[in-house]
Formats: sequence, structure tokens, C-alpha cells
Amino acid sequence: MLAKRIIPCLDIKNGKVVKGVRFQNLRVMGDPVEHARYYAQAGADELVFLDITATNERRDTVVALVGKLSTTLNIPFTVGGGIRTVEDIRRLLLHGADKVSINSAAVATPQLISEGAEVYGSQCVVVAIDVKKTDGNQWNVFIHSGQTDTGMEAVAWAKKVEELGAGEILLTSMDCDGRQEGYDLPITSRLAAAVNIPVIASGGAGTIRHFADVFKLTNADAALAASLFHTRSLEIAALKDFLYQKKIPVRRMYAEAY
Amino acid sequence: MIGIIDYEAGNLNSIATAVRRLSVEVRIIRKNEEFEACDKLVLPGVGAFAPAMRQLRKKGLDAAIHSAVLKGTPLLGICLGMQVFFDRGYEARVTPGLGLFKGKIRQFDTGVKVPHMGWNQVRHNGTGLFAGLPQDCDFYFAHSYYADGVDADVPCGKTDYGGWFVSAVEKSNVFGVQFHPEKSGAAGERLLRNFIRQG
Repeated sequence: MLAKRIIPCLDIKNGKVVKGVRFQNLRVMGDPVEHARYYAQAGADELVFLDITATNERRDTVVALVGKLSTTLNIPFTVGGGIRTVEDIRRLLLHGADKVSINSAAVATPQLISEGAEVYGSQCVVVAIDVKKTDGNQWNVFIHSGQTDTGMEAVAWAKKVEELGAGEILLTSMDCDGRQEGYDLPITSRLAAAVNIPVIASGGAGTIRHFADVFKLTNADAALAASLFHTRSLEIAALKDFLYQKKIPVRRMYAEAY
Repeated sequence: MIGIIDYEAGNLNSIATAVRRLSVEVRIIRKNEEFEACDKLVLPGVGAFAPAMRQLRKKGLDAAIHSAVLKGTPLLGICLGMQVFFDRGYEARVTPGLGLFKGKIRQFDTGVKVPHMGWNQVRHNGTGLFAGLPQDCDFYFAHSYYADGVDADVPCGKTDYGGWFVSAVEKSNVFGVQFHPEKSGAAGERLLRNFIRQG
């Protein structure tokens, strides 16, 4: 059976791992390669690196980091942040990223999704969707690190990106992100039921139970978290044992030497 | 030395790095003459069937692969690299494959999410590529198409995704896996080591 994936996310700024609380007040938390190696051994199923550096040198820094990560990691990893062109996608994949995650640029230039999927295959095009609940029972898509409300309804946009060829959706709830009070079950449930591509739930993981909830109560395929793992408040092995006991299919770690 | 065939269909770095991590010498090969120096071959591949076959033909690598197989050189196809071993691919249109195995490559249409993405279990025969690996071991998959109508003596591993499909094949010196051993942690490393020991 296909396992539900546990994905640590590393926000990268100027080559260092940081984690924002509600997209603000970033603090430095260490070396990305060191984190990556640790997580691969600890049983992470996949890793996501989001580059939030805003300088012009960013692209080269990220490419260099991707190269280092690809020689270190024996599990898949996704890279996102500032991807605007098919050339950006090409460079990251060429240097060893398995997937790229596109956010604001997908909204501005939806054909970036279709072109990326056509040239490199859907399986490497992840569309990141940041959502926030607006009036009533609707979630809107926000871009520019949550600064701009696009006015687009989240589920409609999710269906659109699927149609354009996205292979996966990384859904982040801005309402829940950084609060550690649990994933946003209503929108995750609604959005994951509306599309036929995998959905990664993101934003709000605070305890071991939150992971069981998102897998039991929504159709999410993967759960992403950052601080919880970086501070070692929750070990992935313990998390997977817990999910396994709850009858949620997870990849069980086998000993390195068979 | 392991030759990794470059036909401009996806990322060679991951597989090259994974093989190098096992302390095995790797050579990226792009021309027929480069096949000679390699005692094992890997055909990677990411993307679509038709452009991949077009590239292989354009570069004359299809003929080089056939003659290496006839000589008995162990060959491992990964993901799309395995799919092109079959007769035909059905994507937008029908494209002939390398024809090393009988079968056709078609899209999942059983109501499951497509792509089939993530870690899934492989029920395998416990020998060859899978020697020493636990039964129902997890490997990393990322694909939308699978091999259908495969001859009964070819599969050495199968996976359940809305029904069982062939996730690994083996016949004499030709091996193929639908998953990515280079991204499948310790289990993937063991599988690659098993391949390196072939022949």
C-alpha cells in the first residue's frame, strides 16, 4: 500500500535553515546539508527546501546547495522559492533536485506549470498553494510569501493547476502555520477531495496526534512540518511508530545492513 | 565500470551519485563506442515515452543497447528507462519501444491518484535484485504509467496501487525497476549493490 509521507521542510535564507512563525521573525537554525543528512537517516520520506532569500545572488547559492544536497541524500527532495522560468526549473533539476515547487510564479504565469510538466514530466512539478480563510466559508490563494491576496478561491486554483499538469500540490494554511495547533483540516479535506493528484498538508503541526488527524480525517498523501522536527521535539521514528499503531500506512525503516 | 546511458531524458546526477556512493566507478556514456568499456549498463529516464525513444533512436543508442544485451552485459532500466524496454508505449499516441520485453506501457486508470508518488511496497522474489531485502520492502515511486500485459516469466516484483502492477522485471541479463532505487534509502542502495554483483 502507498505509504503516507512525512516531510520535514527546511526554509533556507542565505544558505542557512530558518523557520518563520506566521511568516515573520525568522531565526537561524543551522546548516541545511547537516539537517538533510540527519533527516534521511532518521526516516524522513522526502525533504522540501524553500529558499526565501531575496537577493540577486540567490539563484547561484541555491544551485550550489542543491548540488551538495544531491550528493548527500538518498531520498527525494523538492526545491522551491523564486522559481520564475523554465530555465530556473531546468537548472535545479539538472543539479539534482527531484522536484521543484512553484508558488507565486504559477499564479502570474500558469503556463510555467504546463511547460515544466511537458518538458520534465508532471512528477517533478509541485505547485505550492498558500491559503487563508476569508469571509464566510472560503479560502483564498495568497502569494508573495502571504503578502498578496490573489482573490482566487483555493479549490478552483487547485483544480486548475492539476489540469495544467502539476504532479502534486503543497497546501499551506497561513491561518495555522507556526501555531502548532494542528493542520487545517477543513481546507485540506476539501481540496484533497477535489483533485486527483497527491496533496501535501502543511502548516500547524504541533503534536504527534496532528499527523494522525490529517491522515485519518483528510485525503492528504503527505504531511509536512518544520520547527517540530528541527528542534527535535518530535522524532520521526517515534512519529512513524505511532502512525503505524493507528493503522496509517507508513514506510517502516529497515536496518542499514540487511 | 558502470556505464550510465545519457540520452537527455532526465537527471543522471542522482543515479551517478548513488552508484558512486557504493564505491563503484561510473562513466556517463553518450556514444556507441563508449559502451565497450562498461561491464554493466544503467538506463535511467524521467519524462515521457515518445521523446525518450526519439532521443535513443536519434543517437543510435537503441542499437547499442540491443547489441550490449545480446553480448550478455547486465542492463538495469530505471523508471522510464524500464518502460522503454517494452514493445509499445501508449501516451498521446502509440510509440514503439525497444521491444526487449513483451507488454505495453499505459496510464493508471483505476481511480487512483496519478502520478503514483511516494513510497510503496514491492512484493518480490527475494533473489537477484532483491537478494537480502525484506519482503514487502518500500521503494520510492514517481510515475503515471505502468507495464501491462507482461509475460508471466518476466516480473520479479509487483506493487499494489488500486490493483497489482509489475514494478520490477528480470530476464537473463536485463533488469528493470519502475521505482527509483537511487532515491529509496538503504533498501535502494542494497538493490543497486545486488545489480552491481550481477554477471
